[in-house]
Amino acid sequence: MAFKHKDIIGLQDLTREEIELLLSTAENLKEINSRDIKKVPTLRGKTVVNLFYEASTRTRTSFEIAAKRLSADTINITASTSSVTKGETLSDTARNVLAMKPDIIVMRHSISGAHHYLAKRVSCSVINAGDGAHEHPSQGLLDMLTMRQKYGKLEGLKVAIVGDITHSRVARSDIFGLTKMGANVFLAGPPTMMPPGIERLGNVTVCKDMREAVDGADVVMMLRIQLERQGKTLLPTMKEYSRYFGLNRNLLQLAKKDAMVMHPGPINRGVELNSDVADSDQSHVLKQVENGVAVRMSMLYHVSGGELPTE
Amino acid sequence: MNLLIKGGRVVDPSQNIDETQDLLVVDGTIKELGKGLKAPAGAEVIDAAGLVVTPGLIDMHVHLRDPGLEYKEDIVTGSKAAAAGGFTSVACMPNTKPVNDNKAITSYILTKAKAEALVNVFPVGAITQGSKGENLAEMGELKEAGCVAVSDDGRPVVNAELMRRALEYAKGMGIMVITHSEELALLGEGVMNEGFTATELGLKGIPWAAEDVAVARDVYLAEFTNSPIHIAHISTKGSVRIIKNAKARGVQVTCETAPHYFSLTDEAVRGYETNAKMNPPLREADDVAAIKAGLADGTIDAIATDHAPHHLDEKDVEFNLAMNGIIGLETSLPLSLKLVEDKVLDMKALIEKMAVKPAQILGLDRGTLKAGTPADVTIIDPKAEWVVEADKLASKSKNSPFLGQKMKGVAAYTIVGGKVVFKR
Repeated sequence: MAFKHKDIIGLQDLTREEIELLLSTAENLKEINSRDIKKVPTLRGKTVVNLFYEASTRTRTSFEIAAKRLSADTINITASTSSVTKGETLSDTARNVLAMKPDIIVMRHSISGAHHYLAKRVSCSVINAGDGAHEHPSQGLLDMLTMRQKYGKLEGLKVAIVGDITHSRVARSDIFGLTKMGANVFLAGPPTMMPPGIERLGNVTVCKDMREAVDGADVVMMLRIQLERQGKTLLPTMKEYSRYFGLNRNLLQLAKKDAMVMHPGPINRGVELNSDVADSDQSHVLKQVENGVAVRMSMLYHVSGGELPTE
Repeated sequence: MNLLIKGGRVVDPSQNIDETQDLLVVDGTIKELGKGLKAPAGAEVIDAAGLVVTPGLIDMHVHLRDPGLEYKEDIVTGSKAAAAGGFTSVACMPNTKPVNDNKAITSYILTKAKAEALVNVFPVGAITQGSKGENLAEMGELKEAGCVAVSDDGRPVVNAELMRRALEYAKGMGIMVITHSEELALLGEGVMNEGFTATELGLKGIPWAAEDVAVARDVYLAEFTNSPIHIAHISTKGSVRIIKNAKARGVQVTCETAPHYFSLTDEAVRGYETNAKMNPPLREADDVAAIKAGLADGTIDAIATDHAPHHLDEKDVEFNLAMNGIIGLETSLPLSLKLVEDKVLDMKALIEKMAVKPAQILGLDRGTLKAGTPADVTIIDPKAEWVVEADKLASKSKNSPFLGQKMKGVAAYTIVGGKVVFKR
């Protein structure tokens, strides 16, 4: 099966088989990352432009490492400090980047839908590294890969996602991906951060509190709470947030024994994740980061027209 | 120039007429309505068989962008779009650059319109100076200069006390207040209707409460001050309910909705379609149903387009950065005729909302085919099918969510003061 999409904008646009393909390829490519010489010639001669309109350390680094391990040439453009201040439109920036003949643009943008806009206007591939509160498909894929490594499957898993669902692109990509793969998603968060109709996105249940979401869960996914949003009427205090929507060892007892604790990072220690959980054996946070490179290699490989390696 | 319009279905709600008649225009004035009228020597004869002859349509809510924003639209191109859409009169909102809050701007608009526009242009002045919501504009002077109403359209009058005083003062001056009723704190950074579609697209939502809360406030202020008020562009089921209740208890409230609020839902935003971005935003199916019900039961008095031209550069951007608003003058008639086809309204009720009521609300001597009134007449071909194409639109801007869509019904002739200004 060949991957037919020019772009990867969101997991909503992909079929179950395509997600399966991206995950299997990531699993195969992962081995490269533990070699002594971590480089294969797969994307030699290809140019990958990382166009980041929003600050990001781990996602950008992860995409850059992924591209380099496949032998692509990578260029980083931090657009927030260059073109935006010059008043250049996304359309013009895209055209200028395109004039330099990249093969893939990996973009992060603060506005939902910016990638739809870009993909319609450029002939090269576009990979979404996060758009506003819409999607973050590489995060969704690496989350699924991490879960699959432990449980061997995603079908039937109970996954609790806790936090600010409204403003989270991670939550949306996880929901789109996981429900497509047959997992059951349970959401918890302050009512001010639970968007209307979210339960209609797939097999999603909105819980009345965090205990209900965590109860019997195979995976507890804690979202990063945006400290800077606190002043905007959504929450009383971080202290209260932590009390009702933070994960600690006691609460984790409600989940299945040895349930996975995950977090897209960076963690606010003592807010959404207590250190007794963050540093425990149940935490898979660093595994997620590790898998991030493999998943991004897979994405770069497939939008470049790669075929599934025979297993 | 004399004109005999023969054999059309004349629909004039102001005289409760809906039958085949002839209409005679002499010297720019309606002379006579009747059967078997003879053309005077030299009169032009229009065969209107199969067509609908109505009082000239009036769009009481347009943005002509002139002065100051002529790169989007100007009085001439806007009037051409109006004529092509079957409108013989438009009322233009004051959010120009500078704001129409003084007689110099009003005079400029009227002078330019008189010299160059194809249709009648009636300026709406500002409620507050610069539409800044701080001090009342000189409404007396605006009225004398020719403004037919006042509005800070584009932004609400945030301060409730100021709105109270505006209503009281305007009543004294005999000028209608048109409100853009919206609670800005609830609007926040919202860019589309708050609901499932916004959740799925990850876009910030504008709750219906942002409109309803403000409509309720403004209706209560009108009731308290015993003043007339006209609420612009209502889009929610709550607004319909609030206004219906207010009318039932005798509040002097009228309101309008726009064709997009009964033609589209927020689903149109999918694909981050910036031509489906406007404020108030496209709502959900139950709101659309309530708007139609409000039109049918008379709660909603008028259909007005909120024609809001924007340059391609202001729409061809990321969704959050795109300007609010769509053009409407050239698609209003077919979209509204669909209400007749769908049996929401009969033809008479439709023409009432597109001509008679707007004239009444603004105090214009139009919206009728009575003998002795200015001969503003629209001749509609209700069956003609056509496709909305950007390069065929008369408006300078092309920001329409209906581009590429098939329409049924069109203005065959638009006649202003007895003169054919548009002929299809």
